[in-house]
Amino acid sequence: MVISEEARAAIDGEIARYPRKRGALLPALHLVQKELGHLSPEATREVAEIFELRPVEVMEVISFYNMFHARAGGRHHVYVCTNLPCSLRGARGLLKSLEAHLGIEAGETTSDGRITLDHEECLGACGYAPMLRVDETYHEDLDEARAKEILDALE
Amino acid sequence: MLTVPHTTNYLTEHFGDDAFTTLEGYRARGGYEAAKKAISEMSPADVIELVKDSGLQGRGGAGFSAGMKWSFMPTDGDQPSYLVCNADESEPGSYKDRILLERGGHQMLEGILIAAWATQADTTFIYVRGEYAFPADQLDRCVREAYDAGLLGENIFGKGFKHDVVVHRGAGAYICGEETGLLESLEGKKGQPRKKPPFPAQFGAFGMPTTVNNVETFSHVPHIVKNGADWFKGFGTEKSPGTMIFGVSGHVVRPGLYELPMGTPLDEIVFEHAQGVPEGRKVKGVIPGGMSMPILPAGMLDVPMANESLRERKTMLGTGGVMVMDERTCMVRAACVITYFFRDESCGQCTQCREGTGWLNKIVERIERGAGSEGDIELLLDVCGKMEAKTICAFADAAAWPVQGLLRHFREDFEEHVRQKKCPFPESFEL
Ligand SMILES: Cc1cc2nc3c(=O)[nH]c(=O)nc-3n(C[C@H](O)[C@H](O)[C@H](O)COP(=O)(O)O)c2cc1C
Ligand code: SF4
Ligand code: FES
Repeated sequence: MVISEEARAAIDGEIARYPRKRGALLPALHLVQKELGHLSPEATREVAEIFELRPVEVMEVISFYNMFHARAGGRHHVYVCTNLPCSLRGARGLLKSLEAHLGIEAGETTSDGRITLDHEECLGACGYAPMLRVDETYHEDLDEARAKEILDALE
Repeated sequence: MLTVPHTTNYLTEHFGDDAFTTLEGYRARGGYEAAKKAISEMSPADVIELVKDSGLQGRGGAGFSAGMKWSFMPTDGDQPSYLVCNADESEPGSYKDRILLERGGHQMLEGILIAAWATQADTTFIYVRGEYAFPADQLDRCVREAYDAGLLGENIFGKGFKHDVVVHRGAGAYICGEETGLLESLEGKKGQPRKKPPFPAQFGAFGMPTTVNNVETFSHVPHIVKNGADWFKGFGTEKSPGTMIFGVSGHVVRPGLYELPMGTPLDEIVFEHAQGVPEGRKVKGVIPGGMSMPILPAGMLDVPMANESLRERKTMLGTGGVMVMDERTCMVRAACVITYFFRDESCGQCTQCREGTGWLNKIVERIERGAGSEGDIELLLDVCGKMEAKTICAFADAAAWPVQGLLRHFREDFEEHVRQKKCPFPESFEL
C-alpha cells in the first residue's frame, strides 16, 4: 500500500461531501499527489480500488488534467506563464533565461532533482506579468534577476 | 497577493481592508444583511423577480440574464437541486474572479446564499481552478466561518432553510470553465462538455437540476437585494446595468483591475485608467474581453464596454479582460500564441475543433516563419468557417473568433509576412 492511512481517511472525508462517490476523485488525486509527489501506477491502482473504478478510468482522468503528474518530477515545479498578456511583457525571454540559468529546457528536470521547469497557460495574473508559479505560490511583476533569485532559494 | 483594484465601486470598495475578508469585518460593513432580508422577508419568487428586474447579466462570458436563468430551475419535485459557482477563471486575460475570491469571499458567499434561497437549491459546489490555491484556501476559511456562525448548514436565520457549500478544486484544464465540461469534471471525470439539450437546469450536476453562475455574477447579488433594482440600474447602460471588473494587461503603463460601470468607453479604460502605452508609443490593437474575443484596431476604441455596442463592432465583452498591444506588435505572433493555446486546450471530442485548432496553429506558425503562401489567409478563414457553430460547445467558436478578428483588422500583417518571407516586425514581443 503506497497511500497512507491518513490520506485514506482524508479521502473518505471528501467522499462524504459529494452526492456520488466519484465526485471526490479529483480531491482524492490531489491528496495522493501531495503525499507521494506524483501519481504512480501503484497509487493509481489504489485510488481506483477506493473509487470502485478500473485503473484505466483513473489514468484517463490523470492524463486529462495538467496538474496531475503520472511521473515523478523535481522537488519543485516552476512554471512560467507564456500566454499572450504575459508574452507581451517579456515572459518568453524570461523563460529562455531561466532555461539557461538551470541548464535545462522547458519540460525537463535539473539533474539534482531540484526543479522541474515548464511553461503554462494563463494563470490569472495577467496584470502582474511576467510571473512564475512555484508549486502553489505565485510570484508576480518579475524581472530576470528577481526570478533567478527565487529559483536559487529553492531547496 | 493581488493588489487592490485601481478604481473601486461597490464590489471592490473594501478590498483594501484586510478585515473585510473575515466574517466579523464583513458583518461590520453590513454583510449578510441582504441574505437575511431575502430569506426572512422575501419569497424565492420575489428574489428572482428582483434580480430579473435589475437586469444583472452573467459575468462569465455570455452575458445571460441571471434572474432568467434562476427561473428555469424546477420548483416542484423532491429531487435535490444544485448551484454551481464557476470559479474556474481560465480565459487568458481574465483575473477578476481571483480578487473576488481572495478579498471578497463572504460577499460571494452571501450572493450564493441568496441565489440558493431563490432557487431552493440544496448544495452549492464552488469549482475553483486548481492553480488558485491561495484563493481557494481563503474561500475554505470563509466557508468554515459561515458554517460556525450558522449562515450555512441547517435552519439558516431560523427560517428552516438548509444549504451546504462545497469548495471543489479543479486540476488545470481550460475547458472545465465551460459549464457542462465543469459539471463532468465535478463528477470526477474528464472535463469534456456535454451535448445540450438537456440543459443544466434539467440535467446538471450528478444528473440533478443545476444553475451555473460566475463568481462575479454572485458577488453583485447582495448589493441588488440591499439597494434595489433601480439603484443597480443607475450604473452602466440601459441594457447592461451595474459595474464590471475590467482586467487590463499587456502594453500599458498601469495594468491591473478596474471596477467601472458597464459601458465605460474602452479608450477611457486604456488611456485614462491604465494610462496608455509606455514611452509614448501608440496602440495597435486591443482585445476587449479575454482572448476569445475578436480584437479591435486603434481607431475603434471609442466603443462602450457593453455587449450591445461591442457586437456592432463584431466583438464581445466576454470576461472584460482588456489586452493592449502597442504599435511594435506583430499580429501574426499574437495569432501564434492564441492558436497554440486553443490547440493545446481543445478537449478533442469534436473533429472540427480538434483538427481545426491544430490547423489554425500550424498555418499561422508557418506564416510567422516566412514559409506561408498566398492561399494561406483564405485557408485560415475557411478553417474558421468550418469550426463555427458546429460543435458540442462554444470552444471551437472561441478559437475561431480571435483569428477572424486579426484577419479582419490586420490582414496586412499576414500578407506582409508572406510577401517578405519573414517577420517584418523585429521589435515585436519575443516568441
Ligand atoms: C470554452 C469556454 C470556457 C469558459 N470558461 C469560463 C470560466 O472560466 N468561468 C466562467 O465563469 N465561465 C466560463 N464560461 C462560460 C460558462 O459556460 C457559463 O456560461 C458561465 O459560467 C455562466 O455564468 P454566468 O451566467 O454567471 O456568466 C466558459 C465558456 C466556454 C464556452
Ligand atoms: S468544441 Fe472543442 S472543446 Fe468543445 S466539446 Fe468540441 S472538441 Fe471539446
Ligand atoms: S497571461 Fe499570464 S497570467 Fe494571464
